[in-house]
Amino acid sequence: MESLTDIKILKTKANAIRANIIKMLAEAGSGHSAGPLGMADVFSALYFNVLQHDPKRPNARERDRVIVSCGHICPVWYATLAEAGYFPKRELWTFRKINSRLQGHPEYRSIAGVENSAGPLGQGVSLAVGMAYALRNFSKSSQQVYVISSDGEQNEGQTWEAVMFAAKHKLPNLTMIMDRNNIQIDGATEDIMPLESIRAKYEAFNWHVLEVNGHNIAEVIDACNAAKAIAEKPVCIICHTIPGKGVKFMEGKYEWHGRAPSREEAALALTHLGRG
Amino acid sequence: MKTIAKQKLSAHLFSKKIAMKAARDGYGEALVALGEENDKVVVLSADLTESTRSKAFAEQFPERFVEVGVAEQNLAGLAAGMALAGYVPFMSSFAVFSPGRNWDQIRVSICYTRANVKIAGSHAGLSVGPDGATHQAMEDIAITRVLPNMVVVAPSDSIETKKAAMAAASLEGPVYLRFGRPDVPVYTTGKSPFTIGTANVLTAGTDVTIIACGSMVYTSLEAAQELGKKHQIKAEVINCHTIKPLDIKTIVVSAQKTGAVVTAEDHQIHGGLGSAVAEALAEYAPVAMRFVGMPDAFGESGAAGELFEKYGMTKEKIILQCLEVIKEK
Repeated sequence: MESLTDIKILKTKANAIRANIIKMLAEAGSGHSAGPLGMADVFSALYFNVLQHDPKRPNARERDRVIVSCGHICPVWYATLAEAGYFPKRELWTFRKINSRLQGHPEYRSIAGVENSAGPLGQGVSLAVGMAYALRNFSKSSQQVYVISSDGEQNEGQTWEAVMFAAKHKLPNLTMIMDRNNIQIDGATEDIMPLESIRAKYEAFNWHVLEVNGHNIAEVIDACNAAKAIAEKPVCIICHTIPGKGVKFMEGKYEWHGRAPSREEAALALTHLGRG
Repeated sequence: MKTIAKQKLSAHLFSKKIAMKAARDGYGEALVALGEENDKVVVLSADLTESTRSKAFAEQFPERFVEVGVAEQNLAGLAAGMALAGYVPFMSSFAVFSPGRNWDQIRVSICYTRANVKIAGSHAGLSVGPDGATHQAMEDIAITRVLPNMVVVAPSDSIETKKAAMAAASLEGPVYLRFGRPDVPVYTTGKSPFTIGTANVLTAGTDVTIIACGSMVYTSLEAAQELGKKHQIKAEVINCHTIKPLDIKTIVVSAQKTGAVVTAEDHQIHGGLGSAVAEALAEYAPVAMRFVGMPDAFGESGAAGELFEKYGMTKEKIILQCLEVIKEK
């Protein structure tokens, strides 16, 4: 797929993704709002600039892989995949409903582009590391594996098992994109289970760490390109984001982690996004 | 007792000359054979390479062997990722740890995903002995057979374990292979039939059916022999190596013929082979049943033989249950 470089267009894509997230969640009546909205800029950067992929050939051997380990943010994944042409946008309104391909948490290959099943946290990190190891060491391929992880997910022991393994093998084709939005279901991450200094932790585990403003699309793209060029270590890009970004009454509020907007709230949210 | 000719069992079936070998050795031999014939086969070990007999593969195919360390959850996740990249991973550990410790990873990253991962749980059952209860996997059949898309196989000797591992590699999708640590009688031969999903009727009987898996199959054959000699009871022994998908047809045909069933397994009574058989018979051919297995308890340290004696998983217990269940016909 052609890589878009105009940041204005990428921002427009991110805004369209956000609007569809709101509509999907309101239609579904349940689901997670804060994380998906917070990651819309990162997903726009990935799918419309960074990734080597082709929605018309979703299983092409030479594609980069995206593994979403924090499965609950799947509304942003589905909305982005639809925006990129993996499946018709009208299907977004089936999210979380019976007989839908858009499960409440991702199911591997339920739709093209969904490269893993996820829900219980930590699992996707291991899976991505295994995939990166196999592509590099068994297949001798240079494809990149991007694993989307959350800060809350760093609570899981399995995450660190996988982080150690990736460092042992210095996987150069693995990039973790961590959504550092400082919230999890029960509250602020630093109250629930302090992570800081998360950067120092990853560095101590022999990863290379980059930090970006996750709403600055140019910064995200630059970091992904830098990560690709770092051959001696796996890279963790800590993306500082605002949960609920773009919808003023959701921004920064952990209460919106696992909540969907009502139809009235959705209408208001869409006006915040300039889509009212 | 008459064994079925086409099963081609060992000529030394009840003689002291019968070979003794650990089922895990069969797993190790299969890995090497698979390594030679299929370059997609890769092996992962969680710091138990020698014990799980993965070492020969590691030495012959170091580029396809992955040491994971003591991290069973990551073991399952890595294997899933490798499967999605087109490989056939065999993940080796002790059954208490895998699937014991990584059940959620097996559920979501492997079974829900239909990842082509083969899970090898060695040192299963009470027969692991002196290591004690923490290391005696008595629940692994229950927690794997409940998972959709999973195939569960508990082969009964080293030759059958080798066949099971080879067959698992050519079956697309998740497979759990369960086998034990100690030497056990090698009662099958290279010519004995083995197909995943097909139970083997080893002896023909009309009075009672004994359905067993793992090392309890040989114990059941011994029980059947004694039932014939001392009690003039003809027992039909079925090696039900595949617990899922269960060979319901073979079990129902036998149960309808004998009208009484005893199951035997080195596993908890709840949730294992016996439960699977009971589920099938309750629906298709209800008959009187008895269960030989771990009676809802944790084990302890001791020699395998002593433990089987203490917890009631012996030839004598199988005979007793057969005599009891026949009374209920």
